[in-house]
Amino acid sequence: MIPAPFDYHRPDTVEAAVKLIADLGDSARVIAGGHSLIPLMKMRMTDIAHLVDLQKIGALKGIAIDGGTVTIGAMTTQHELIGSAALGSAAPIIREAALQIADPQVRYVGTIGGNVANGDPGNDMPGVMQCLDATYHLRGPDGERTVKARDFYEAAYFTARADDEILTAVSFEVPVGGQAYVKQKRKTGDYATAAAAVIIAKSGGNCSAASIAMTNLSDTPVWCEAAGDALVGSSLGAADIDNAVDAMQAVINPQDDNKGPAAFKRHAAAVILRRAIERATSRA
Amino acid sequence: MNEMTPPKTERTAALKGLGTARKRVEDARFTQGKGNYVDDIKLPGMLFGDFVRSPYAHARIKSIDAEKAKALPGVIAVLTAADLAPLKLHWMPTLAGDVQMVLADGKVLFQGQEVAFVVAENRYIAADAVELVEVDYEELPVLVDPFKAEAPDAPVLREDLAGKSEGAHGPRRHHNHIFTWEQGDRDATEKVLASADVVAEEMVYYHRTHPCPLETCGCVASMDKVNGKLTVWGTFQAPHAVRTVASLISGIAEHNIRIISPDIGGGFGNKVGVYPGYICSIVASIVTGVPVKWVEDRMENLMATAFARDYWMKGRISATKDGRITGLWCHVTADHGAFDACADPTKFPAGFFNICTGSYDIPVAYLAVDGVYTNKAPGGVAYRCSFRVTEAAYFIERMIEVLAIKLGMDAAELRAKNFIRKDQFPYHSALGWEYDSGDYHTAWDKALKAVDYEGLRKEQAQRLEDFKAGKTRRLIGIGLTHFTEIVGAGPVKNCDILGLGMFDSCEIRIHPTGSAIARLGTISQGQGHATTFAQILASEIGIPADDITVEEGDTDTAPYGLGTYGSRSTPVAGAATAMAGRKIRAKAQMIAAYLLEVHDDDVEWDVDRFAVKGAPERFKTMKEIAFAAYNQAIPGIEPGLEAVSYYDPPNMTYPFGAYICVMEIDVDTGEHEVRQFYALDDCGTRINPMIIEGQVHGGATEGYAIAMGQEMAYDDMGNVKNATLMDFFLPTAWETPHYTTDFTVTPSPHHPIGAKGVGESPNVGSVPAFSNAVHDAFRSFGLTQTHMPHDHWRIWRTAHELGLHG
Ligand SMILES: Cc1cc2nc3c(=O)[nH]c(=O)nc-3n(C[C@H](O)[C@H](O)[C@H](O)COP(=O)(O)OP(=O)(O)OC[C@H]3O[C@@H](n4cnc5c(N)ncnc54)[C@H](O)[C@@H]3O)c2cc1C
Repeated sequence: MIPAPFDYHRPDTVEAAVKLIADLGDSARVIAGGHSLIPLMKMRMTDIAHLVDLQKIGALKGIAIDGGTVTIGAMTTQHELIGSAALGSAAPIIREAALQIADPQVRYVGTIGGNVANGDPGNDMPGVMQCLDATYHLRGPDGERTVKARDFYEAAYFTARADDEILTAVSFEVPVGGQAYVKQKRKTGDYATAAAAVIIAKSGGNCSAASIAMTNLSDTPVWCEAAGDALVGSSLGAADIDNAVDAMQAVINPQDDNKGPAAFKRHAAAVILRRAIERATSRA
Repeated sequence: MNEMTPPKTERTAALKGLGTARKRVEDARFTQGKGNYVDDIKLPGMLFGDFVRSPYAHARIKSIDAEKAKALPGVIAVLTAADLAPLKLHWMPTLAGDVQMVLADGKVLFQGQEVAFVVAENRYIAADAVELVEVDYEELPVLVDPFKAEAPDAPVLREDLAGKSEGAHGPRRHHNHIFTWEQGDRDATEKVLASADVVAEEMVYYHRTHPCPLETCGCVASMDKVNGKLTVWGTFQAPHAVRTVASLISGIAEHNIRIISPDIGGGFGNKVGVYPGYICSIVASIVTGVPVKWVEDRMENLMATAFARDYWMKGRISATKDGRITGLWCHVTADHGAFDACADPTKFPAGFFNICTGSYDIPVAYLAVDGVYTNKAPGGVAYRCSFRVTEAAYFIERMIEVLAIKLGMDAAELRAKNFIRKDQFPYHSALGWEYDSGDYHTAWDKALKAVDYEGLRKEQAQRLEDFKAGKTRRLIGIGLTHFTEIVGAGPVKNCDILGLGMFDSCEIRIHPTGSAIARLGTISQGQGHATTFAQILASEIGIPADDITVEEGDTDTAPYGLGTYGSRSTPVAGAATAMAGRKIRAKAQMIAAYLLEVHDDDVEWDVDRFAVKGAPERFKTMKEIAFAAYNQAIPGIEPGLEAVSYYDPPNMTYPFGAYICVMEIDVDTGEHEVRQFYALDDCGTRINPMIIEGQVHGGATEGYAIAMGQEMAYDDMGNVKNATLMDFFLPTAWETPHYTTDFTVTPSPHHPIGAKGVGESPNVGSVPAFSNAVHDAFRSFGLTQTHMPHDHWRIWRTAHELGLHG
């Protein structure tokens, strides 16, 4: 479990990091917490000549809630997400999801930026970000641009981020309604067998808005627009939830693996989504 | 000169001997990270070895080109089979009478097999060099399914065995057949089954898993060319056996080999065998003249070192209508992988699997085991159990459940009806063992009462009704197990490994000031020998356990012994310790009598001293006696106070226990929750209750892992599917159930202190308890048998197939 040789760089500004990556070209990769990247390097499943470490860039850290907008710096650790009382009341789904990521040791160093930029369908935060309709802030040699989380993921490990761009922050509007992140996993430290992020707003007993995203049931996180739509305007009765589940089933595409066959995952996805809808509704 | 004598109870307590919950003396260093493991050993000039391993499960090696690797600065050598062949070290004997490639000789037979050994200045360079070795493979058809091993057109795995119709354990009938081992009376059993009221038949599979000790395997080999001595520090569960084997295969005289097992981070059978890494490190050290370290990583440990289980056990059990068992028949297809490298006593190719009649009085039985080769890693070790005893216990405890279903009987009642009764011990089993002692009914009744068995059944019935009424999606399963182990191998008359009798030993030296050192032929890997063996000795010789050092693992200092596995340390080395202690006491008695100026027979032992019979105020403490042994000229008695004992046990010991698991199962997600786990162990005399409890917690947690998720899975191409801890299930504190421990005490009649051994009971007993709980939850829906591991998707599948998903 020893990675191939690599060079290590530790810039202290975003600008310096962007420049380094531009100069070093294809063979450079940023490293945040390293808890997805280093295992791949140690198993020699990826070969990287230059690691550009973002740890020293203070500007990438921190949680800001300004008006109705939450902005989280890319280098904010999962542990810090859990510990932030302000974030906990603005968007409790983040805390609920972060607590189900890996274990405390991983969360002390693993970052939100790494988790969403990584592109592994097993990561939990991408689904949460899609559910929240978050915006990703990218900085490259040509300056800054934004991409919606719902448009970011193309395939496993393929995202809308260009190789020479750094993800600097995620931002989203403080959500309205009840939120829930429900995850089935085999053990502590495991990626989801199936997980669902759900936000439900109610008005006058009926559902006024709903957002649903599923984790690890396709080669990307899946925002299930039609599933949410199936709930909007309904009284969130059994038949409505059935419709949402059916709509979710139409857009996921689970594969057989060590966690089980696709048919099992579809069943689990349905159960988990129902639980998440119930939980979010009860909190709405 | 003698002051007031404290009362007996106080003096006994001060010894911290048998029965004391003494804190583990090892833990001070382990909990501070101050253990000294193989990878902590750093010697001047030390080089590092690393393996090039096969990506294929079966392939011919057309060429190996190591030039680029050798050209990398810092690389010292790259060894292949061709380099080892002139030394005749490209193959090595296994503990099971087979041979195994050290480095791939012409072909590879499993994924992860050692192909070349790179030696470099540090482990980083070695790892880089491994990538540079170019091996040209030609893929061959892969054999994964043991039931296809003996097909006429099955691929030939072991070309080295061509034409050999006789193996180490009798005739071989096919090129992939290793042995057939038969026990019991076939005709009589088949006759009973043919005319029985009721016969239950089932295939019970105990899947392939892996001991996965926290510390992987490794060694440091150091050949001192000046004095010709080879020293090897390694993760060895049997250091003396390793020394003898190393001497036999290397030709180095045994007195010139020193094997040292330092602290070992768990073994569980994984560290009994001899691995290519040891041989390659030794050869590399001989070639280079400097020490060579090799330590495998987690994936290598899981993929290439000894697995456990993988027994397909076809059973038939017969009974009368009212539930008296009349016969048991069993056929096992044993998947041994590419080489037969089980670590069983030589005459037992399927270990002690013939303990499979379990705790029951079964009049006739028949057992046949067929071992076959497949393209998987070799092994078949006893993962925290005596040889194949876990498989046997799982088999019989499943068959009892299956029979109970067939009879429509409560499984607790069926067990009680068929237990060997207390008055039947020593009991001769139909498959050839003599059970030393037991009181199964007492243990069973205590267990059922402790968990309120009847209440549980009522709750379960209510839950079932609620489930059927759509009020819940969770079922309750009650998993019962009454296991009997056979441990403490073993009597030299029938137990040996490679011709080495399975006795064990203890050597004691009492120091002049009354403290002592005891050295044993065993080696702790976490069992706490330094704590418990001192306690045995404290009670025997009246010196406080705190004043006794226990040392193991250095073949230059320890007496010869066969090591630690199969719960043999307490039954065998523990007995040797007691016997050596008694020799000390016998000499001490003579010294005391001399000092007290009475006849030897006129003094009697009193906790920590000899006193004159009828005059207890006249005594000599062990401390005084020890001093006298070194400073007084006593006529007819040699100076000093030392003893050594080699103990050849007259029989095995037969610990037993009653385990009950209550589990909640979510039929939709396949998730489970262990609500209650009750473990009653009877390990005979209890040396240290706290250590017993720790052993039970650890073993039951391994059992939980095995039953509920842990496996070594292969795809059709022979690729290992789960060689990382992401997929190979090791429970964390979060998943680990809470255990309630309990006990009864039925001493072994033949062991000097009546102890039976406990380290492995919880693994043996808990696996069927967890598995039976899963099965029991679905019993009323018609489930008779499904295979472990009971991970989420398999439980889901069971529920699905039973129509519970609507
Ligand atoms: C045992 C274990 C269990 C785990 N379980 C879970 C789990 O259940 N759920 C879960 O979601 N995750 C899990 N993880 C992953 C963990 O959350 C990682 O920390 C996270 O996925 C990546 O964050 P990081 O900061 O460690 O990123 P790194 O590993 O440093 O980087 C990951 C990838 O993202 C890129 N990257 C990182 N930051 C940026 C950035 N700012 N801009 C552009 N690219 C960037 C890197 O180049 C790399 O390709 C687990 C990890 C381990 C080791």
